[in-house]
This record gives sequence, C-alpha cells and structure tokens, in this order.
Amino acid sequence: MPDFIAEWLNQNDIFTAMTIMEYWDGMVTTVHLVFLSLVIGLLVAVPLAILRTVRNPFVSGPVWLYTYLFRGTPLLIQLYIIYYGLAQIEGIQETFWWDIFREPFYPALLAFTLNTAAYTTEIIRGAIVSTPHGEIEAAKAYGMNWFMRMRRIVLPSAARRAVQAYSNEVIFMLHASAIASVVTIVDLTGAARNIYSRFYAPFDAFIFVALCYMALTFILVFAFRKLETHLLRHQRPVSG
Amino acid sequence: MKKMIFAASCALALIAGGAQAQEQNLRIAFDVPYEPFEYKDENGELTGFEVELAEAMCEEMSANCEFVIQAWDGMIPGLLARKFDLIMSSMSITPERAERVLFSEPYYNTPGGWFGPVSFETDVTDMAAMDGMTVGVQRGTTMDTYVTENMGGIVTIKRYTTADDMVLDLEGQRLDVVFVDYPVGEQTVLTKEGFKEVGEQVKLGDGVGVAMRKRDADLAEEVNAALSTLKEDGTYDTIMQKYFAYDIKM
Repeated sequence: MPDFIAEWLNQNDIFTAMTIMEYWDGMVTTVHLVFLSLVIGLLVAVPLAILRTVRNPFVSGPVWLYTYLFRGTPLLIQLYIIYYGLAQIEGIQETFWWDIFREPFYPALLAFTLNTAAYTTEIIRGAIVSTPHGEIEAAKAYGMNWFMRMRRIVLPSAARRAVQAYSNEVIFMLHASAIASVVTIVDLTGAARNIYSRFYAPFDAFIFVALCYMALTFILVFAFRKLETHLLRHQRPVSG
Repeated sequence: MKKMIFAASCALALIAGGAQAQEQNLRIAFDVPYEPFEYKDENGELTGFEVELAEAMCEEMSANCEFVIQAWDGMIPGLLARKFDLIMSSMSITPERAERVLFSEPYYNTPGGWFGPVSFETDVTDMAAMDGMTVGVQRGTTMDTYVTENMGGIVTIKRYTTADDMVLDLEGQRLDVVFVDYPVGEQTVLTKEGFKEVGEQVKLGDGVGVAMRKRDADLAEEVNAALSTLKEDGTYDTIMQKYFAYDIKM
C-alpha cells in the first residue's frame, strides 16, 4: 500500500482497514447478488418474451400477467412479501425450503430475479415485435422454419435493438439492490449503514458508498459499450 | 408617517417578543413504535412513557411543544439540520454521540435483555456454547455495540432498523436469540406465545438523556431544571408507574 494512503488511513477514525474490509465484503455481496439475479433473469426472460409474442392469449396472457404484477409493484414490497411473508407460512420451518429461505440471500435473489426478468421480458418483447417484416418474409422465402427463423433472424436482430435498453435495466438493478440491506443483508449499502450508525458520520459513510456504486456503474457502462460496438459492427462505415 | 408607525410597531413587537421569550416553541422528535416509550395507541394518538414525560416537561418549562416522528437512522442528522430541537427517543448517552450532540442529565436507564424461544437452553455468556448462533440487535444501539465488541466473530450478528422486523425474524426462526432494550423485549417478545427471557439482564451505558444541539446550552439548563423538578415532585414516578412494574428512574 502506498505510504500516503497508509498515512491517511491512520489519520482518520472512520476509514480504518476494518471498515474498508466491511465495504469490500459489502461490494462482494452486492456484485454476487446482482450478477446472479441478472444472469438468471435474462435466461428466464428470453423464452418468456417469445411466449409473450405468441398470438394465443392462453400462452401470452399468463406472461403478460406476470410482467404486469412485477412491474406494477415496488421491488421493496416484493422483497418484504418474499422475505417476511414466506417465514409466516405454517410449518415452512420444517420443510427443506427453509434451508433456502432462512438466510436473507435467497429471498433477495428470488425477488431481484423475478423483478429483473419481468422488465427484461418486456424489453426483449419490444425488440422482437419491431423486427422488420421484410426480414421475416425473406427468411420464410428461404424456407426457414419457425425455430430457425427465431435463432438466425429474429433473436439476433432483436438483441441489437434491445442492448441499449437492457444496459439501463442492468444499471437500475445494481442501484435497486441497495434495498437488500433492509432484510439484514450486509451489501454495500448495509455496510454503509452499519458504519454510519457506529460513527454518526452520514457524509463519510454514504459518499464513500456512492463512489463505490459509481465505480461499479462505470465498469458496466464500459462493458456495454464494448458489447454494442461488437453487436453493431456491421453498421460502421467500412473505411472507418 | 406611515414608515414611522411601521417602525414603532416593529419596535413594540420586539419588546413584546422579548417579554414573551419564556413561551418558546420546541419540536421534540420520537421514533415510533418503541413500546412502551413512544408508540401510537388504538386511536393513532402518540403516547408512551417518554411522550408523557415530554408533555410534563413542556408544561414545567411553559413551552409550546410540537411532537415530530423521525426514524432512528435520521435522528441526529435531523437534530443538527434543525428539523427539531430535542430528541426524547430513548437515546442512550455515549461518548460518540456526545461528540455530536449535547445531552441533558440522564432521565432513565434500562438494561439490555436476552430473549429467545422457550426451547432455548444455552447460557448466553458461554461463548463456546454461543458459537455459530445468530443474534438479532437494533442497528446502532448500545446493545449492538455490546454484542459487536464482546461476541463479534463468535456469533452471526443481524442488525435491524426496527424492533418489529427483528421480532418477526425471531418468530420466523431466522434468529436464535435477540438482545434488546429490556422493556421493548418485554412488550414485543414476551407478549407472544412460546418466548421467554433467556439470560441475565446487562446494564449498559450511562442512561438515556434528552439530546440537543451543542449550541443550545441554555435550553439544556432549562431541560435539566424541569426534569429534576419532575423527578422530585412525584410527577415522574406517577408516569413511570403507569408503564413499568420496575424502577427505571435515574
């Protein structure tokens, strides 16, 4: 560690090695939670988005209801219902479910995943329905069946249109994960609240944690810019 | 001429204001629910030991008091930001807090109590037996500090913003035991089926005081004078006996 940082750490009572470690553990928890919920959410959202575009209302209706419920209620309420509500079910403590839902991590993961999957479903659905008709007609003319059309034409072109909106959803999810601290998870925000309540120093505790979130957001923005250039590389001028 | 009348009336108002300086407006902050200290009754009215004590104190100081509800997390920042003038919300006097706020003389002290399910048989002071247990505390309380300093690394500590959330997790078996201000535990845990006190009470801290901004030294003197009158003339005891079967006077 450079000397000036060590010196600065020695001078103040709030940012000691111990509190920095608390922030670090919090950051690991936040990244862990957000990463898992985004990955699972995306895997769930792609098939749901396809089902949502099916004409038969008995197929698309339930998906519509699901996205409506999870986009129509605050994430905090969903987390409360899953975390505190499940614990109130008679006899759940005796089943194997309790091994999963006893710790706050899995209820939070479930709430975050269901929430982000609902938003992502709508983002992908929007991209799918805006596929130009010509592309689909051309695919049909080539004799591609439904599955091949989806795989070769519709989904890749939808991915290009969805990526910008999806990058917003990812960043929103990172920031929304701050509410995990209300169910005793010590994520970044939880660490900041603990340190704040120990030293009564709101500025120090929360500005530092805000910088941590900004650093994480910066990484996400950078990664999505790389992904966009990769997906949209065919649109670049040849000479560029 | 008009200007002169205006100036004269301003001067009069100033003089009158000076004469009425005793009649001051005070805003007092409470964090609810924290039974039996401050909570809302069936009609939604703010009541409790500290609320009644605050009422008596305001009467003694002949001040106009307004009661403000403030979540615990924002108590000291709210006081410093002048959202209110006094905190009477079971704030224990600690050196860390005393760096930020001015405390009156303590007006009560309650021990911390251990509460758990009736099946809980472990000795809470036996660190080997407590190893790996999950203990619930309210974030930033003296109970939090005690558990963090004495049992950190041995037990898993879960910190809650409100006592309600903590008791819900004790009922849901997410917590083995909670360490909470004794009267709060008595009201929230012991009133439920299947729970008991599971360890010796622990005296923590220097008691609870009224918190004010550091610059309000005059106000602190008035508060101290009012509180000591209430303690002597029996008003304090009457209010205390309404809420407690034991002595918390300090």
